Amino acid sequence: MSEITPEQVAHLANLARIDLTEDEIAKLTGELGAIVDSVAKVSEVATPDVPATSHPIPLQNVWRPDEIGDVLTPEEALAGAPERDGDRFKVSAILGEEQ
Amino acid sequence: MSELIRMTAAELSEKLRAKEVSSVEVTQAHLDRIAEVDGDVHAFLHISENALTTAAAIDAARLDGTEHSPLAGVPIAIKDVLCTVDMPSTAGSKILEGWVPPYDATVVRRLREAGLVPLGKTNMDEFAMGSSTEHSAYGPTRNPWDLERIPGGSGGGSAAAVAAFEAPVALGSDTGGSIRQPAAVTGSVGVKPTYGAVSRYGAIALASSLDQVGPVSRTVLDSALVQDIIGGHDPHDSTSLTDGWPSFADAARQGLAERSFKGVRVGVVKQFQGEGFQAGVQQRFDESLELLAKNGAEIVEIDAPSFEYAVAAYYLILPAEASSNLAKFDSVRFGLRVSPPGATVDKVMAATREEGFGDEVKRRIILGTYALSAGYYDAYYGSAQKVRTLIQRDFASAFEKVDVLVSPAAPTTAFKLGEKLDDPLAMYLNDITTIPANLAGVPGMGLPIGLAPEDGLPVGMQLMAPAREDARLYRHGAALESLLEEQWGGSLLAQAPALEPAEMEAARDGAV
Repeated sequence: MSEITPEQVAHLANLARIDLTEDEIAKLTGELGAIVDSVAKVSEVATPDVPATSHPIPLQNVWRPDEIGDVLTPEEALAGAPERDGDRFKVSAILGEEQ
Repeated sequence: MSELIRMTAAELSEKLRAKEVSSVEVTQAHLDRIAEVDGDVHAFLHISENALTTAAAIDAARLDGTEHSPLAGVPIAIKDVLCTVDMPSTAGSKILEGWVPPYDATVVRRLREAGLVPLGKTNMDEFAMGSSTEHSAYGPTRNPWDLERIPGGSGGGSAAAVAAFEAPVALGSDTGGSIRQPAAVTGSVGVKPTYGAVSRYGAIALASSLDQVGPVSRTVLDSALVQDIIGGHDPHDSTSLTDGWPSFADAARQGLAERSFKGVRVGVVKQFQGEGFQAGVQQRFDESLELLAKNGAEIVEIDAPSFEYAVAAYYLILPAEASSNLAKFDSVRFGLRVSPPGATVDKVMAATREEGFGDEVKRRIILGTYALSAGYYDAYYGSAQKVRTLIQRDFASAFEKVDVLVSPAAPTTAFKLGEKLDDPLAMYLNDITTIPANLAGVPGMGLPIGLAPEDGLPVGMQLMAPAREDARLYRHGAALESLLEEQWGGSLLAQAPALEPAEMEAARDGAV
């Protein structure tokens, strides 16, 4: 069995910025353990002599002319924003009191 | 029921061009059908308010002699993963509820330019994560063959829409089988093109090295006609291939004319047979091989040992890429924002993502975050990338011996809603036969080959070809389809139970 612990899931959730509930953490701990056990078999055949493939059909040096193409207007870019202030996206404070 | 909804896109195209029927009439017939059956099928998340206006404009252009595109005036359904400026694009997620994108996906723009009429957006598993459409935040789609069963996923909405005659053609996206597996379980046709053959610009990304947009239809020729329109180089997608492509419709027509497999070497993947495959799926698959052999094909068994590791590699690579791609849903630029009082921006993000993402999305983001963590990266993600190389080598070796590879398109027929919802690993195995093509970037097609004797539900075959040889799928797929339809005395979907309002009431009363 893999060694996925509730503490590990809570840590991963924090890294991924998802506020999981205690119940979700408990459920995910078991599920992730089973999934990780199942996918770990990749190491059986991934020997050092095999190169990695990151992209199915590799392309190199995909360039385009350095010219301005179709771009969104500020209004279009902001159209889906949950909150805005003039032509800027508005967010809550970056730093809390403890920082 | 209007006869117009039973016609293929190719047939509608002929009638429209001959001015025997108008696009407004065709579009209205499909909107009527949607109104009649979609309350139960739930293939659509949104119906376009502009469809009839668009159709009228195309009719006017045709009368003026300015509209000549082959599919002009033909309606089409669009998977909700694709951005559309005039319709919400949610990818089946609550986090994007009501979001209207500021630009069209390239494939959508090309459809519009070719005069197709978007009918609406189709349902899908949230961010295309799933094989049953049950992970949609807006409720599942139901299989038109049996409303208590899944339509496959993630593109169950597009497959159900064409299978229920709500649209002649649709667009899907396929990351590990999301076009081909729904085609298999709904008796329809779907194609995952070569990676890079169709632009991904404006497709809400799941796993960027695996995602590919493709056609969904009731016939091989119709899928070919759609890929001819949406395919080709797009400078907005840096992974888009600059190749020139042949006409896939011509390839399909060639297959329909030949109706032969003389001189064609067909490889049967040894790893995708027997154990784990439903008896009726295996039976129909074996019968189809006999039909191919009878019509001249040379059947060769192909050993692809690395394919046994494909699902494992996929469930490392996909979550890793997805966890990165979905980081953009941060409550700042678009989508949902949940603001606990006094919370700093990172807490707002975490609260938003907790509320906006469903269980499967959370599961895969956490798994991907784990696979990419320091200390685990080499063992998991690094190894999975090596398996990808091995799978590519298996394909390369196979295509030295054969022209196309075949397997069942899904291991079972459509299962019941809810049956696998609490068992993620069982759900993941639905894509066992379709995943290798995504890992290697090669094209694949799912097409119907009959009904399983034990449950009367559709069975699909998958055809795979070397990268850039999509035309082979259309040629040989069309030939097989034609030979099978001769046996059936018509299309497989003609055998589907009628979805009439009265019978739907009965089905609903019987359910739950």
